[in-house]
Parts: sequence; structure tokens; C-alpha cells
Amino acid sequence: MQEISKDKFEIVGNSSIESEKISKASLSFWKDVFTRFKKNKLAVFGLVLLILLIAMAFVGPLLTPYNYYENDLTKTNQPPSAEHYFGTDELGRDMFERIWYGAKISLFIGIAAAFIDLVIGVIWGGIAGYKGGKTDEVMMRIADVLYGIPYLLLVILLMVVLGQGIWTMILAMSITGWINMARMVRGQVLSLKSQEYILASRTLGASVSRIMGKHLIPNAMGPILVTLTLTVPNAIFTEAFLSYLGLGLTPPLASWGTMANDGIGAMQYYPWRLFFPAMFICLTIFAFNVIGDGIRDALDPRLRK
Amino acid sequence: MIKYLTKRLLFMALSLWLIITATFFFMRMAPGNPFTSEKKMPAAIEANLNAHYGLDQPWYVQYGEYLLRVVQWDFGPSFKYKSQTVNQLINEGFPVSFVLGLEAIFIALAIGVTLGVIAALRHNKWQDYLAMIVAVLGISVPSFIMAAFLQYIFAMKLGIFPVARWGTFMQSVLPAVALAAGPTAFIARLTRSSMLEVLSNDYIKTAKAKGISGFNITVKHAIRNAILPVVSYMGPLSAGIVTGSFVIEKIFGIPGLGSQFVKSINNRDYTAIMGVTVFYSIILLVSVLLVDLLYGLIDPRIKLSGGKKGA
Repeated sequence: MQEISKDKFEIVGNSSIESEKISKASLSFWKDVFTRFKKNKLAVFGLVLLILLIAMAFVGPLLTPYNYYENDLTKTNQPPSAEHYFGTDELGRDMFERIWYGAKISLFIGIAAAFIDLVIGVIWGGIAGYKGGKTDEVMMRIADVLYGIPYLLLVILLMVVLGQGIWTMILAMSITGWINMARMVRGQVLSLKSQEYILASRTLGASVSRIMGKHLIPNAMGPILVTLTLTVPNAIFTEAFLSYLGLGLTPPLASWGTMANDGIGAMQYYPWRLFFPAMFICLTIFAFNVIGDGIRDALDPRLRK
Repeated sequence: MIKYLTKRLLFMALSLWLIITATFFFMRMAPGNPFTSEKKMPAAIEANLNAHYGLDQPWYVQYGEYLLRVVQWDFGPSFKYKSQTVNQLINEGFPVSFVLGLEAIFIALAIGVTLGVIAALRHNKWQDYLAMIVAVLGISVPSFIMAAFLQYIFAMKLGIFPVARWGTFMQSVLPAVALAAGPTAFIARLTRSSMLEVLSNDYIKTAKAKGISGFNITVKHAIRNAILPVVSYMGPLSAGIVTGSFVIEKIFGIPGLGSQFVKSINNRDYTAIMGVTVFYSIILLVSVLLVDLLYGLIDPRIKLSGGKKGA
């Protein structure tokens, strides 16, 4: 065994200033969240999937010479082939084209409904939570009563009354859709508003809207984002559901829901006409769900390692 | 307790009143009148029909009468099927939907809780990942798509189950599974996360230290506590089953209230839509209340707010 003599070592010194120095750049909250989000393979997969789907909604239609409304009655119900990637429907319309056209509409309905829910929910919940007392009581009671009305029943009723269309559908979904968001924001604001920095801000004379916009809402952004990502799939789901009941869009407009509805009738002989729209509905809902789960886990301090 | 119950009943009545009022005015706003059809109707007959159904009265009289009738559990006649009342529609359709719904709830609870418990016990092992991927997929597939695929694979291709219709147990399996798929997945996730929380508690460690078998710990100590969020999910679950039944019953050709409702929507049978909506709302509001009361009974730690002694 080799002898280790003392002269092989050298004291490099340990100054007290050096040891206190922060060697790693400070990590902002959102950077930290993003790093942890990236570790969740399923969530990253969902995000990539979603980006691909959105990109294809715009690029997809350019890849074929067809368009979504043109009939070709000599080529009805064709199976998928090199000519028609996803086959054709009963009027000979190219399914590939219609899928990406439908993607735009389905995603638009989902995102628009979620966005309206977000705006109403944040304002309603924010005011109720911040004002507290009687205002809170009254506002949340109104929300409670509305919450008691079964969501899909009300949406169905509204669609019957308002007539079919993209905007009526979004309106019908938003009428009670915002309540979840409002409840969540209220809870967040209630727990945040008693913190010292809010008191400091108030002491400095900040207005209510400034406190809300600069302090309360940004600090509640995490849960808001989670609720938002989980609202979108719900809206896409509702759109498909309404289309299946015959309350969806009217032709030649096509959403994934209406295409799946058409496909179910033809399932026995032309299964691809159901398969493709159904697959894309499921993939999109799946992507939003895993992204939402991923963000929630990334924000959860208990899961921080 | 009584104070709490009165308060809850009051809010239920308020919600219900809002629903009845909203449906009443929505239906008045809806385009066309109940007798609109392809054939033009002579004015005299239309006036006669209007008088027969009380549609010639001013709206507030109609509204008052409707409220009064609903309180007496009378939803009036159907506009499309002249000889049928909405009550008959409900009496015929609801028992079928009820059986189907119970079967679906049973499947959802049994499979969902089992999956969730297994996932939690094998936390971060392949069983956990598998169960959770199945659960996310279950949530991502809308029920009508699930139903169509089940029908295609198990009935048309494999021929194990009948394709559609209603009557035998075998005919109820596919629709019940399709109806239960989403809730099963949700319950599995719920059970898993609450099981994980319960399993990290000290009393589980104590039980382990005392040498109690793993099975006994899971069943007697863990599941009992972990099941609570699932119980509170029963309210939304019944709502999901009800709305799910609309599409499932339509796909499988089941003569339940759900498919009747869809038919009424497509026929624009306004009184039937109104009646069935109000009926469903009552069922759902009552089930939510029952679940909340049950919750207080199961978990003595929860004191229903408003009552001094709790449940």
C-alpha cells in the first residue's frame, strides 16, 4: 500500500466571504415550476402533442389539394389511402382536410369558452374574496344557486333556445362554466389578502384594482392556470356531446364532434369515419388533462424535492 | 342539524325555482310554437289548440299555473304525442334509466376504488403508472365514443354481447360499462391521492408496528378514511350518469328517460323538455343533499355547518 505523505496536500484556504457567496443563479418561481414540469414525461408529451395538433390545424389543410366543403360524389366513403389520407365521408369530402378544419373549430370553442370562464371567474371570485363580508356572502350565494343547476342540462336548454352556432355554444357553456373558477379564485384571494405585503401595499395607498392586478391575481396564477387547462378539455368534451345530441354546428361547418356523430351512424361499414375524429377528440382532451396535471404537480410545494 | 337542513332545503327550493322559471321562459323564447309543422294549420284549429293547452292566456297566468302544477308533480301534456303526458313519459322511462344508472355507479365504484387502492399501495411502481395511465385515458374518452367503440369491438366484431336494445342483463353490460368509464377513471384518481395521504399518517405506522397484517391495515384503517372524497364525489357522479345516459341510451337504443329526452329535444317538444329538465334537476338536487347528509353520518369528524351538535 502506498504511503500518503502530508506534503501531497495543500491548504487552499476557506475565506468566510467565499463560502457565503451564492454560486447558483437565483431561480424565479416560474422557472422552478417549469424545471419540475419538464421532469414529468407524460406532461411534456402532452404539451408536444398539443403543439403538434395546433400546428397541424393550420398546416394540415395545406397538405392536400382538397377543401373541407367540396363534394366528390364519385368518391364517397373511400377508405384511407395515399390519395385521401383519412378517407372520405358520405359526400366524398376529404376527411384529412375536414379533421384539421374541425380542429380549428373545436380548439377555438374550447379555448374561447375557457377564456370567458377565466375572465368572469377571476373578476367575480376576486371581488368576492377581496371585499369579503356582505358582498362576498351575496356573490357566493348567487354562485351557489347557479351551481345547483346541472351544467349540461342548462347548456342543452340554452342551445335549444338560442339555436345552433359557434357563438351560442360558447355563450351557453360560459353561463355557468365560470363558477368553478370564481370559487377557486375567491379561496386563493381570501388566503392571500391577509398577508403582509398586501397590507404594505394598502398602506402605501395602492388602489383595489392595483392590489388585485399586481399582487393577488399574479400570486393566484398557478391554480388559475391549472383550472384553465382543465376547463378547455371540458369545453371540447361538451361540444362533442352537444354535436352528438344534434345540437352542434350545422353543415358544412365541421367540428370533431359533428364528424364523430356522422361517423357513428356509418361505424359498421366505414369505421374510419368514426375513428379519426374520435381519436383526435381523445388525444386533445388527453393532452390538456396531462398538461393540467403536470402544472398542478409542478406547483405543489409538497412534491418539491 | 335541523337548522342546517332547513337552510339546505331553502337553497334547493331556490335553485329549483330558478330552474323552473328559466326553463319556462326559455321555452317561450324558443323559435316557433309547439304546433309548428310542415303543414299549415287552419287558424281556427290553432286557436282551438291554444285554448286547449291554455296558451291563449297571458304569460303570467301560464307561468303561475305551471308552477302550481309542478308543485303537484304534474308536468302537463306532451305537445308532440297528443295522448301522452310528460308524467307518463317519466314513469315509463325513468325505471329503465334508474337500473342502468345504478349498474353504472356500481361498476364505477367497484373498479375505480380497486384501481385507486392498488395504485396507492404500489406507489411509483409499474402498477401505479399503469392504473394512472388507464385513468387518464378513461377521462379523455367521451362516453359516446367509448360506447361506439365498445359496440364495434364487443358486439359487432367479437359478438360477445348484444349490439343494442334493452331487457336482459347481457344487454345492459356494454351500456353500463360505457356509462361508467369516465367516472371510474375519476374515482380511481381520487382514491389514489386520498389513499396516499392516509397511508402516510401515523396511525398507519402504529398499526404496522403492532404487527397487523397488510390486508387488515388497508381494509380496516386506510380505505375507510380514504373513501371520504369518493363519497362526496357521489353527487357530481349521479349528475354525470344522468347526462351520460342521454347519449348512451341513444346509441344502444334503450327506451329510458335519457333517450326520451333526446327525442324531445330533436322534436322540439317543449313541454316534455321542460318537464324532464325539472324532473332531472329535482333528482340531482336531492341526491346531492343525500350525499352531504351521508357524508356527515360516515365521518363523525365533520360537523354540518349551522348545527351546534353536528350530524
